[in-house]
Amino acid sequence: MKRVAITGAGTINALGVTVDQTLDAMREGRCGIGPLSFRDVERLSIQIGGQVNDFVPEAVFNRQQMVLFDRFTQFTLIAAKQAIAQSGLTFSGDLSATSGVVLGTAGGGVSTWDENYRTVYEEGKNRVHPFVVPKLMNNAAASHVSMEYNLKGPSFTVSTACASSNHAMAQAFSMVRSGMSKVMVTGGSESMLCFGGVKAWEGLRVMSKDACRPFSANRNGMVQGEGAAIFVFEDLDHAKARGAEILAEVVGFAMSSDAADIVMPSKQGAARAMAGAMRDGGINPDEVGYINAHGTGTAANDKTECAAVADVFGHHADDLMISSTKSMHGHLIGGTGAVELLACIMAVRDGVIAPTIGYEEFDPECALDVVPNTAREARVDVALSNAFAFGGLNAVLALRKFS
Amino acid sequence: MNVQDQVIAIIAEQAVLEPQDVTLDSTLESLGIDSLGLVESIFAIEEAFDIQIPFNANAPSESDFDISSVATIIHGIEKLVAEQS
Repeated sequence: MKRVAITGAGTINALGVTVDQTLDAMREGRCGIGPLSFRDVERLSIQIGGQVNDFVPEAVFNRQQMVLFDRFTQFTLIAAKQAIAQSGLTFSGDLSATSGVVLGTAGGGVSTWDENYRTVYEEGKNRVHPFVVPKLMNNAAASHVSMEYNLKGPSFTVSTACASSNHAMAQAFSMVRSGMSKVMVTGGSESMLCFGGVKAWEGLRVMSKDACRPFSANRNGMVQGEGAAIFVFEDLDHAKARGAEILAEVVGFAMSSDAADIVMPSKQGAARAMAGAMRDGGINPDEVGYINAHGTGTAANDKTECAAVADVFGHHADDLMISSTKSMHGHLIGGTGAVELLACIMAVRDGVIAPTIGYEEFDPECALDVVPNTAREARVDVALSNAFAFGGLNAVLALRKFS
Repeated sequence: MNVQDQVIAIIAEQAVLEPQDVTLDSTLESLGIDSLGLVESIFAIEEAFDIQIPFNANAPSESDFDISSVATIIHGIEKLVAEQS
């Protein structure tokens, strides 16, 4: 079994268009959630979200790229460029042949579906642009990354709703750990902030109209975000041999299925995934200093997640920190685990714990140290990143400080 | 702008060329337009003239629309536009 290093990271999300900007925002407890801006937003009852505002796609992509890249692909390519540049890798020969890209997304090209349904239903046209299918398909982003960087190894897209990125990164991790690939590019992306995307979520009545306040007694739902985060997972020996900077080590993962309910979370399913990730990584529970929570800010998730943490960690649950950065960047659905892995990297590498902002009232059902409102400095050896999806599909990753 | 000028403008934009560089005897291949570029050009032409071009990317030579040169494309479109009016 190979050890697995993270040697590159990139992102674009409501908190920033680089990793540094995003981590600065998390350190400062800044909120990226605000009024949504897109066509027909006035017809929505939910009008807030973590939208990426400092981004003009036409300034980054040429006309031929614009007609082929949905917004979720644009986000992916921007984040991938940063991550691969940081890693310093170029892919040719054997490295190219075995290195691939595994990404998560729940919806893929949602705004492409949305715009083209408008064209045929609302505007009554009978013709759509020929690239609608290659633009909207869930694997478009992974394919464009593979083409851009000559990644010819195992490449695919994982779609498990809110756990998509964690499932994708778990796959990439196991490929590198097994020795199948020296390098895998992984992470996820989501872009559902368009009229149809938000309207669909409204239907479930789980969205907040004012703020995402995970673990706070007055929480009233989730807030959607958008963006991407991409990482380079690399065989540690390979990374060391070329003198690469190592951001953190990925040491374990586990996946579980609740096999119970299509939307309600399960304490047992979540607990099995956390315990499984520690077992897989040879981690003693008392080594875990930080958990980046799934922490959606819904009544059901947050109390269930806290109960699962209490079950898994026993007394140590009171000593560890658990925060939900969704309070700042919103819930990126299939891309969320990827952006949240950045908070775990910051915890183990920099010793800075991102806060849960918007926290106002203690909830006895969430009686853990949720790092309310202000970031904290602490040495953390191991961090877990939780993702618990609709459909009861859970995936937890474990990172260890590299020293 | 007549049909010929409009079609040349669309093809030139697709090929990232100036219209004067697109001659009547140019082929799409010589202009660097690949199969995706071809279907995109057909879409743009259909939009510009509000016509339906009978073209199947699976069997271009069997389609009732000759794409062998810029001239044949223009001729085909002129015919479709005339039939429509």
